[in-house]
Amino acid sequence: MIDISKLLDEIKASPYREIVISTPHTGVVTFGELREGDTVVGPQGQWKEKPGTRLATLERERNPKPILAPEKGEICRIHKELEGRFVEAGTPLMILRHMLTRAEVEHAILKKALHLFRAPERAKYYFIPEVEKKIRAADAHSVQVRDGMELLIMSRMKREVPLNYSGPDGVIYAIYFTINENMDAGAPLLGVCPQDQLPAIQDVIMRVQTEWTERG
Amino acid sequence: MDNNIEKRLQSLKDRLSYARDIFAGKHDDNLSMLEEKLAEFNARASMGEMQDPYADIVSLEDLFSYVESRLEGLITPMDKVRIVRHPQRICLRDILENVYDNFTEVGGQDEHSLDPSMLIARAVITRRRGKKTHTQSVMIIGQEKGHGAEFRNGGSVKPWGNAKAQQYMRVAETEGIPIHAYIFTPGSYPVEDYPGAAQQIARNIYCMAGLRVPVIAVISEGGSGGAEAIGLADKRLMLSHGYYSVISPEGAAAIEGHLKAGERATPELIEHCAEHLHITAQDNLQFGYIDRIIQEPPLGARPNHFDFFRQLRQEIIRATDEVVIQSRGLPGFRKLALARLRRPDINLDETHIRWGLSSGNKDRLVERRQQKYLHFAREAALDKRPFLTKNAAALRDWLSKPWVHLKYDFYRKHQRRIKSMVEEVGGEIDLIKARLFSPWRKIARLPAKKTEAAELTSLSTWVDDQRRSKWNYLSPRYKIDRTLTCPNSATYGCLDLWGPDLFAEFAGVCSHCGYHFPMEPEWYVKNVFDVDSVYEFNAEIEAGNPLNFPGFDERVAQAKAKTGVKSGCMTFEARIDGMKIVVAMLMGTFRGGSVGAAEGYKFVEAAERAAKKRYPFLAYVHGTAGIRIQEGTHGVIQMPRCTVAVRRYVQAGGLYMVLYDTNSFAGPVASFLGCSPYQFAVRSSNIGFAGPGVIKETTGMDIPPKYHRSYRALSRGHIQGIWDRRQIRANLKQALLTIGGRNLYYR
Repeated sequence: MIDISKLLDEIKASPYREIVISTPHTGVVTFGELREGDTVVGPQGQWKEKPGTRLATLERERNPKPILAPEKGEICRIHKELEGRFVEAGTPLMILRHMLTRAEVEHAILKKALHLFRAPERAKYYFIPEVEKKIRAADAHSVQVRDGMELLIMSRMKREVPLNYSGPDGVIYAIYFTINENMDAGAPLLGVCPQDQLPAIQDVIMRVQTEWTERG
Repeated sequence: MDNNIEKRLQSLKDRLSYARDIFAGKHDDNLSMLEEKLAEFNARASMGEMQDPYADIVSLEDLFSYVESRLEGLITPMDKVRIVRHPQRICLRDILENVYDNFTEVGGQDEHSLDPSMLIARAVITRRRGKKTHTQSVMIIGQEKGHGAEFRNGGSVKPWGNAKAQQYMRVAETEGIPIHAYIFTPGSYPVEDYPGAAQQIARNIYCMAGLRVPVIAVISEGGSGGAEAIGLADKRLMLSHGYYSVISPEGAAAIEGHLKAGERATPELIEHCAEHLHITAQDNLQFGYIDRIIQEPPLGARPNHFDFFRQLRQEIIRATDEVVIQSRGLPGFRKLALARLRRPDINLDETHIRWGLSSGNKDRLVERRQQKYLHFAREAALDKRPFLTKNAAALRDWLSKPWVHLKYDFYRKHQRRIKSMVEEVGGEIDLIKARLFSPWRKIARLPAKKTEAAELTSLSTWVDDQRRSKWNYLSPRYKIDRTLTCPNSATYGCLDLWGPDLFAEFAGVCSHCGYHFPMEPEWYVKNVFDVDSVYEFNAEIEAGNPLNFPGFDERVAQAKAKTGVKSGCMTFEARIDGMKIVVAMLMGTFRGGSVGAAEGYKFVEAAERAAKKRYPFLAYVHGTAGIRIQEGTHGVIQMPRCTVAVRRYVQAGGLYMVLYDTNSFAGPVASFLGCSPYQFAVRSSNIGFAGPGVIKETTGMDIPPKYHRSYRALSRGHIQGIWDRRQIRANLKQALLTIGGRNLYYR
């Protein structure tokens, strides 16, 4: 069993992720104007079509190639001593400290605490009528699932087949599909957690949503 | 203050605010004076201090008219742009209500329409001769701005709106009624969804180039592609305060000022562009691209100018009558009838000319329309060939005509019969010969020789495209010792490519993902066609600066010096495995491959040459950024002009194919390229109507990356296939053999 509060404390203790930027191949490195403490941004735009901040340039065989920031963050360490020098592939150039956002923290906690039941193929998914009734009457947390239980109906091009749940026993914590919408193969359909952990998870998520301050 | 005075006062207020809007801060002294007078009148009237308010308001109205007619003389081209875009400007529904006697909207109603910015209606004009009344039907097609109604999109027609227009053009053709097209558009709505902005405009132009009914166009706001989509007409009239241009002055200023997305051009630069693009009715009449100007009241026509509608009605009837008369009857009678029509005192409502045409007349109508467009803008291209050379070419053409007619119109038509006749006669002769020589043969017959079995002594040789070890032409970039990164490396993990490999052996194709790096036009000329088979013609025709656009002479000269060619279009005859073909190549290296008068001239000549020689015609687009904006309407007229040439070629039975490479956008794609039924693209090319920046600016929509990629164009149904660069030669040969058939020519 996972200790959720401990997990949250761990995240609180280091509320960031450190990304080591290293060279993809050999070449001569030049850093631009960047210094330690500067903030950089990752790819932006609706389709992430605008590239992130240029962190360094790596030139090999007269082909200068930009090294771009993969995430938003602050430069906490920069190996300026490599400026203008030839480096091997995999040489760390700088460390980017990416402050975790509320969504990321939630994601990290739920990833550890929940068992995700995924879509076996691209199709529309529905609950079987009994489960549907139960969810309507109360909420998803009232539905107990166990391995091998008939839970969902998979519908694709007028072909409907029952789908059995497989995984650890527990209650449905979250539903990730909507009626009449196609889910891709491998997309999560349900998040299931052990029944006794449900209040703890709810509490932690509530705390994250209210207390977590986004920085940077 | 009584109601009547109040009404007239309100009308004066509207006139004042209109004048302020269109002059955008200019002539403030005059307008302030009017405002003061108006306020003074208002104050006095509300206090009841006036003896004779009717006399006072008449004098105030006279003052307004006087100032308006004085300001009329000071209108600049940019003011005209503001006039046509003003919500108070007349719109198509006003014309339908005031010019025609009755009408029924057929293409949807208000916002409940496939595209509310395209209005289609059947309308009638009633004319009286003596006691007899004649009702004449017309199809009205035009953009509706709806006095600024938001759902009309300012007259920017979406691709499906243009498709609707095309559908009703066909209906008019079936019914044999004339089409009156009213152009009120700042440009087309640049989305690529099926049928696609560019491709649909191309289809419209292609359709209009052969429509067998009279078409009259009236231009108020003629913005580039959107205008051309319904503008290829037998007679083009233009409102005196309208504009007809290759691009909006704002768009031109953004290009001239090298502005990035989101930046705005200064009003001075926009004004400068509007002036030098020569967009007014007077300019276009001088160039010959419109036939007549319809004079508007001072500061432009508004819905309450009923005299103007009466005049417009006369002009539109006159234009339709003229087109009908010019297409039928004997030349002598035609002249007389036309002279009568052009009398200034004639009231056309009291005359009647039937608008129906016989089949022969319709042929004449279409031929006249096509010839009219083919002759446009020839002078705008520089042709520095000596007089004798020019005429020698014409003489050669003239002399070869009988031979061409004999070969194709007579021999090819009766080929089978002639062949079977020759075979029959040959067979008879052989029989007679055999009988005649049989006694000698019997004497001279020797014992038969032993025949040796044919032995396999060597393997057959394979000389095809795949086995060619080297290309005939290598890009000069192969000499540069450096590596290059494939743009897809982040997605597919392509390794760096070494330049000497990439630009020589790999033919500019990433060996991992197949991305095509752009290559030089020469690469295609030398590697796609048979060695030493390329014969260029009309190389002497030069791109110029017909509008004397400031600073453009130097830029054209620079492009010529840099590329070593005189225009962005190279036309040549070549062979692919012995099959002869005429090619027009738009080169992206010469000012972005933009099309101006010279390029259009060469393209038309190439299509005509292909038709004359009965060769297939290939438009290879190495790259085109659109119509060359600095040539103004000389450029935009190439859209209908080249399409007419293509239509004539295809109608004569030719095979017209288009192959896109690198980036192909705007005008050319929306006309003579997009109208081809067989369009192919080279991998990694982009095809579209407007670039992402322009789409964002005009529609406010964000465009996903790779929106214009050839694979997207293929999915949308705009092109028919995508070819690998290294396979162009083989694919072209295959396409020629399968689409072109045995004779490489349809009929």
